[in-house]
Amino acid sequence: MADFGGTDLEAFRAEARAWIEANFPASLKGKPNPMMREERANPSADQEAWRKAMGDKGWGVPTWPAAYGGGGLSPAEGRIIQQELGRAGAYNPIGGMGVMMFGPTLLEYGTEDQKREHIPPIVKGDLQWCQGYSEPGAGSDLASLQTRAEDKGDHFLINGQKIWTSGAQFAQWCFCLVRTDTSKKHEGISFVLIDMDQPGVEVRPIQLINGTSPFCETFFTDARAEKKNLVGPLNGGWTIGKRLLQHERSGLSGGGGMFGMGKSLEQLAKEYIGVDEQGRVADADLRARVIQNDMDWRAFQQTAMRAMAESKGNSGPSAATSIMKNAATSTLQTRAELTIEIMGHQGLGWSGDEFNKEEKEAVRSWLGGKATTIYGGSQEIQSNIISKRILGLPDLTQSH
Amino acid sequence: MAVLSEEQSMLRDAAKSWVQEKSPVTAFRKMRDSGAELGYDAAAWNEMAEMGWAGVIIPEEYGGSNFGYLSMGLILEELGRTLTASPLLASALAAASALVLGGTDAQKSEWLPKIAEGTAVGALAVDEGAHHAPDRVAAEVKGGKLSGKKTFVLEGMAANVFVVSAKGDDGALGLYLVRGDDAGVTRTRLHLADSRGAANVEFKDAAAEPLTGGKDLLEKVLDRARAGLAAEMLGSAIQAFETTLDYLKVRVQFGQVIGSFQALQHRAAKMFTDLELARSTVEAALAAIDADSPDTPELVSLAKAKMGDTFHLVSNEMVQMHGGIGMTDAHDAGFYLKRARAAEAAFGNQAFHRDRYARIQGY
Repeated sequence: MADFGGTDLEAFRAEARAWIEANFPASLKGKPNPMMREERANPSADQEAWRKAMGDKGWGVPTWPAAYGGGGLSPAEGRIIQQELGRAGAYNPIGGMGVMMFGPTLLEYGTEDQKREHIPPIVKGDLQWCQGYSEPGAGSDLASLQTRAEDKGDHFLINGQKIWTSGAQFAQWCFCLVRTDTSKKHEGISFVLIDMDQPGVEVRPIQLINGTSPFCETFFTDARAEKKNLVGPLNGGWTIGKRLLQHERSGLSGGGGMFGMGKSLEQLAKEYIGVDEQGRVADADLRARVIQNDMDWRAFQQTAMRAMAESKGNSGPSAATSIMKNAATSTLQTRAELTIEIMGHQGLGWSGDEFNKEEKEAVRSWLGGKATTIYGGSQEIQSNIISKRILGLPDLTQSH
Repeated sequence: MAVLSEEQSMLRDAAKSWVQEKSPVTAFRKMRDSGAELGYDAAAWNEMAEMGWAGVIIPEEYGGSNFGYLSMGLILEELGRTLTASPLLASALAAASALVLGGTDAQKSEWLPKIAEGTAVGALAVDEGAHHAPDRVAAEVKGGKLSGKKTFVLEGMAANVFVVSAKGDDGALGLYLVRGDDAGVTRTRLHLADSRGAANVEFKDAAAEPLTGGKDLLEKVLDRARAGLAAEMLGSAIQAFETTLDYLKVRVQFGQVIGSFQALQHRAAKMFTDLELARSTVEAALAAIDADSPDTPELVSLAKAKMGDTFHLVSNEMVQMHGGIGMTDAHDAGFYLKRARAAEAAFGNQAFHRDRYARIQGY
């Protein structure tokens, strides 16, 4: 890959490599990121040291401005850090919704004071953010949300219920869409930041069909949000909220990160089903469907590479990005279905020693993956976006 | 769209404007209605050759520009949009590849300059039945004379030189050059649904010169032809989709344009999604050929299978979404539907390439 200023970059690579070597605790080499696991509530001393080192250095968010504690580096340097972390078997301990979604949005729309207050703790990984968007009555039709924010002079009084607030049980702060004007739909929504550590906030984890509880119900009862924590104009939150969703979708369509991509389907099929005298998976019907899924995934990967090349190249923004979420999620869901089919009854093992770890993960991953075509803009909403915004197809007018 | 060099952008723009001005779908319709024996318009082919398109993959010392396969793909994509029929794929891509990769200096000097200037047409004669099966070859060469029957030879009516797969004296599969004017060559015009210039060709003790490279050469040449055809299919599928999308925005029923119905919107979104994915695979296959990458065979099979599925879907939807008018011969939809199936079947259909992809991956 040809990067300009190659010599400088090579010098930077050496610097990054040396710094990671000096700071990454050897005990964590090759270990998974504790961020998305239960153990994050009780990190080890080495995990804490690594988070602090990366947080102080600003390299967890290498391209964010140095003024707010970020790395202040170029995209090319950011990629080098990613590569060198991978090379060292190190994970990036700085992550979560603050990094993926809220930070980039606040950097774009926040005031100087808001950035100085809220960006550094994200950079350092000192606190976590959760997303207060959906409500029981506002899912795909998000703009119908009803959580009220009443103007009380120096603060807003918040009352209402949010649902699917990911990671709310671990979060100290919530970025939230609230209703500040009941006479309008989209133009009556504001984007406010709510401190979760106050009496008017109650969080109840929701257990999902795969046994995990990544989402919560969050109840606001006379909770407070200071006026200084209104982002953007009053009743101007919809634009900001939508922008944030774009960051969310670009994160979700990364694909591989959503599931452990362990063994390939053909490896599993060879193990569980066996092969014929020509070395082909013995079940012809299954083999054909494995091939189809394998090729669908390869086509998706080629598209991800193309979109990345185009975004760096001369051809302007790539239309390919709009299709990424649906393409990735449908292919990965089919992959999960095939995995448990290949494993047979063993692929339905919920717990106990009769099933290996791979089998128990397969069943939970299959079930958990069903959420991917629902959250972050459902498959149907994505299709609406493609047909209306990209293809220019019109809205339905009232029938007469 | 791949990130293009300046030369590639110029080549694509030139192809786009020539196709729009000189070769709209009405030109294809005229050619079909005339019952043209060659299956293409010779005057249009002359113009294409004059612009240097027939020399895009041919080295400069043999009269070409050596721009590569991605560049050739850009032209084929534009031609595909309006179903422009020409020997560009069979001659300037497939037969030229066989000569570039496996020809002696004498063979290259004899044929490549003529192919590059469009004065000679080459054709690839590999199949012997109704399905693409490059391993199943009965044609034989004995003492320099080739005998056998080849089916569905693209541009078989126009060919001045055939690149023919056959078993040699040692029983090994290889490619041979046979001159079109050899007394042992008999052609039968095939009238196929897509109105292109296909022929069955019978060889009886025709003088055959071997190309170097055996079965490997055959596979390489086929992969180049498949990737080029996939690029042409991409252009056809995109145009079929855009024509359909335009119709969804103007056709009114129940007091609304039908494109406002979500049932149709989501099918349009699905087609767009598949076209974007297919484009990625086609461009990756062409770029792999240019880079002589070891994963070329699997990327080519990926592209041909994905493009086949996508063109299949879009051409069916084109007819369905146009309703009754799409069933009439006066409308273009039928042309795209017929071309889709012929292009799918050529050089291996989706089933062929899915199986090949898995075999390459070892399952």
